[in-house]
Amino acid sequence: MRPTYRVSIGLEVHVQLTTRTKLFCGCTTSFGATPNTCVCPVCLGYPGAMPVMNREAVRLTLVSGLMLGCSINTFSTFDRKSYFYPDMPKNYQISQFDKPLCLEGGVDIPLPDDGGRRIRLVRIHLEEDVAKSTHEAGWSGVDFNRAGTPLMEIVTQPDMTSADEASAFLTALRQILLYVEVSACNLEEGNMRCDVNVSIRPPGQDPLGTKVEIKNMNTVSGVHDALQYEIARQSEVLDAGGRIVQETRRWDPDNGVTVVMRTKEDAHDYRYFPEPDLLPVVTAADQIEALRRSLPELPAVRRERLARQYGIPGYDAAVLAADRVLADFFEAVAHRCGAGKTASNWIMTDVLRLVAAHGTPVQACALTPDALAELIGLVDARTINALTAKALLEELFLAGGSPTEQVRARGLAQVTDTGALDAWVDAVMQANPKTVADWRAGKQAAAGFLVGQVMKRSHGKADPKVVGRLVAERLAQQNG
Amino acid sequence: MDIGSMTVRAAVDGLRARQFSSVELTRAVLDAISAGDGVIGAYTWVDAADALKQAAAADAARAAGATGLLLGVPLAIKDILNVEGQPCTCASKILTGYTSPYDATVIARLRAAGAVFAGRTNLDEFAMGSTTENSALQVTRNPAAPDRVPGGSSGGSAAAVAGGMALAALGTDTGGSIRQPASFCGCVGLKPSYGRVSRYGLVAFASSLDQIGPMTKTVEDAALLLRVMAGRDPHDATSLDRDVPDYTAALTGDLKGLRLGLPREYFVAGLDPEVARRVQEAVARCRQCGAEIVDVSLPHTEYAVATYYILASAEASTNLARFDGVRYGHRSAVPATTPIEMYLNTRAEGFGLEVKRRIILGTYVLSSGYYDAYYSHAQRVRTLIRRDFEEAFKRCDALLTPVSPDPAYRIGETADDPLKAYLIDIFTVTANLAGICGLAVPCGTTDAGLPVGVQVLAPAFAEGTLMRIGHAYERAREVRP
Repeated sequence: MRPTYRVSIGLEVHVQLTTRTKLFCGCTTSFGATPNTCVCPVCLGYPGAMPVMNREAVRLTLVSGLMLGCSINTFSTFDRKSYFYPDMPKNYQISQFDKPLCLEGGVDIPLPDDGGRRIRLVRIHLEEDVAKSTHEAGWSGVDFNRAGTPLMEIVTQPDMTSADEASAFLTALRQILLYVEVSACNLEEGNMRCDVNVSIRPPGQDPLGTKVEIKNMNTVSGVHDALQYEIARQSEVLDAGGRIVQETRRWDPDNGVTVVMRTKEDAHDYRYFPEPDLLPVVTAADQIEALRRSLPELPAVRRERLARQYGIPGYDAAVLAADRVLADFFEAVAHRCGAGKTASNWIMTDVLRLVAAHGTPVQACALTPDALAELIGLVDARTINALTAKALLEELFLAGGSPTEQVRARGLAQVTDTGALDAWVDAVMQANPKTVADWRAGKQAAAGFLVGQVMKRSHGKADPKVVGRLVAERLAQQNG
Repeated sequence: MDIGSMTVRAAVDGLRARQFSSVELTRAVLDAISAGDGVIGAYTWVDAADALKQAAAADAARAAGATGLLLGVPLAIKDILNVEGQPCTCASKILTGYTSPYDATVIARLRAAGAVFAGRTNLDEFAMGSTTENSALQVTRNPAAPDRVPGGSSGGSAAAVAGGMALAALGTDTGGSIRQPASFCGCVGLKPSYGRVSRYGLVAFASSLDQIGPMTKTVEDAALLLRVMAGRDPHDATSLDRDVPDYTAALTGDLKGLRLGLPREYFVAGLDPEVARRVQEAVARCRQCGAEIVDVSLPHTEYAVATYYILASAEASTNLARFDGVRYGHRSAVPATTPIEMYLNTRAEGFGLEVKRRIILGTYVLSSGYYDAYYSHAQRVRTLIRRDFEEAFKRCDALLTPVSPDPAYRIGETADDPLKAYLIDIFTVTANLAGICGLAVPCGTTDAGLPVGVQVLAPAFAEGTLMRIGHAYERAREVRP
């Protein structure tokens, strides 16, 4: 019988930091510029050029470390990592070897069966990105715009035991990093890439199996698929009595397989040694404390608090807390309108529908939390009905403005004056004798049609509850 | 105008007094180069038209009221410092065709002070050597004895200054490359403390050891130039934010109250007897000028050369990795199917033997399994050498030593024995390892007429002390007028 192997997965996640300029020079980090226009002697590795540390990149790494529960290395150093490749301007990369900025820490991931688990981190270090190579038929090109962009590398322990857990880890990590705005975490732009290490071993075996590395993955689903394939492949090898070879592989998404890139024999000797052109980064305890005080809640903590504080369902809390801007928006609306559940309902159904329909995230739309709270207030006070409110919401979402003013200026207020309503009801009853007859014959739904006709006549401004009552009364009278 | 005796101070005064223009002065330098450099080979590149254009601009600026400290003063620059729009060959074939897109910080500062960059001087390829024989471009001869080397690696700068073809020059010193050629040719050479002068724009050999310094005819000129060159640079993280004093103010002419140490490890059996005699005479002069002379010890001196060659080569192996033919400089014409093949061809063709030797040595000492035995060990010894100096400087203000064990060698004399060539650096590498400053001042000649220099070493950022001692000795010395 085929044994169920135990799987160990560790990730090395590279996250591009949202600094305005590169790690060691003043060149812009903007994405999509004409090749080789955001470059200078430093990031091109020209003779005599020297690196200067971007303090903001250090700060963002420390903030990430604190968010992820790491301890901060108060004395951190940079090292040269040597290897030759055309995308490396100096043929060494300035990285960190034995004194990274952050150590240990972890990420809690939710699991469907047992509630959740902590994936431990080994370290977080800061390094420079390489250039981008393009290969065409007959020639290759290198674009150095990306060279020198600050990259934060987050290394985990081999704590994940399935492709699902690896996906959950990446999703949770991405949420946290977006929370502190250290990276755009935009996979398409290569803001977040990862190398995956995976090994399997028979149950009962303690030491980890031989690991295989899958290089340069840039989507969560890609990581998931590659891992599923690789776990199955390794299982087949062991089932057949074979041995796993330590090697580096590449995920081929078109064919859904991993392919060998190089074996252990070709492994680089990176010859790390301390970068003599940079001073150590010394971070004082009070600086660390100041950073710690400025941190937002973790998404998981906020999720629990939202559910508890506003009495909203766990699912709603999870959706809202997954995005810091959305959660901030929700809390602002909830505070202003004083009704968390109502605020959540509006955001979960109507606002998120508009976000999806227009492809505009909450932070980019024209709707302010004040406007939404006001709109909710107008509905609660029955100044406008739900139909009007939904139409108005879309306008506020696209063009902004105050709902109270809109209602006043455009006469959108609900008609609750029974004199006016009576006249409309009478007119509708007279215009639809057949429907009235149907109702008499016992067709209950006919009343609804009549209410709808009144609403139409009122251009949606009638209070549907009052209209319903009036129609019911009138039908009863006629019946009697 | 006699460029052979013209100092920077004299040029500055003459220009200010309108005794001559920068164009006239620069033309005189260019004429001296035309007359003398065919034999000496100090310069790798001179663009007379461009130099005269800079000079004319300086004259125009002066006419318009500008008063830069070095306005209109032509200087020679070691061909390893980037000057925008000029070649920067590092005396290597691998930088063939490269034109600097930017000014090194020292160049920018000298330019702001009004200096004219008249030409570029020869060196050992990438500053690796002590004779300038490792240049891939040309031989440079010692003006005092044309069958002999000028020393190195700043041999072109030393020969240009001593040979009357420059008022002053810039050199670089990683293990003695300013002080030793100054001593061999008979001029003043200053290696500033590590962090005193920005390295930005100096093509790095060994980043933790390299410094840029002036090579001049007098200590006063070195003081003038250092004032302009020194100071914190935001482009060089290792440059320190310390005051830059007016070094000429330290030139009091006497040495009263100063204690000068003689490290016993620097006066040893291998020292050439004539060199020893000249240096002892210099010590005696300093005593006459009021200095107290004491014996001190630097016990780890014997490990300095080995330590230096491990650390310098390790850093060089990575600093020189960027020369790959991808972005600039030489690229092999041999067809290649992979980038690695292209690198191999390019680097095999572009680098000379000594550079290859040090890249291989540096790669070896950083390799997995050897790192601890070599690199880490050398770093620990470096700390011990630094402490030696800290201890010594508790007992004295500065040290007096020979610059080099021998006077200038015959061309070809050390070429076949790299180990012997490395040992030439024994008295100079220690200052770089310790990060302190050092000054070479001429102290006479051998019977055969070969220049000899005395070295003054002072604690980090005590350049003022160096200048004071060098200047007082220079005045007391009878050798030069």
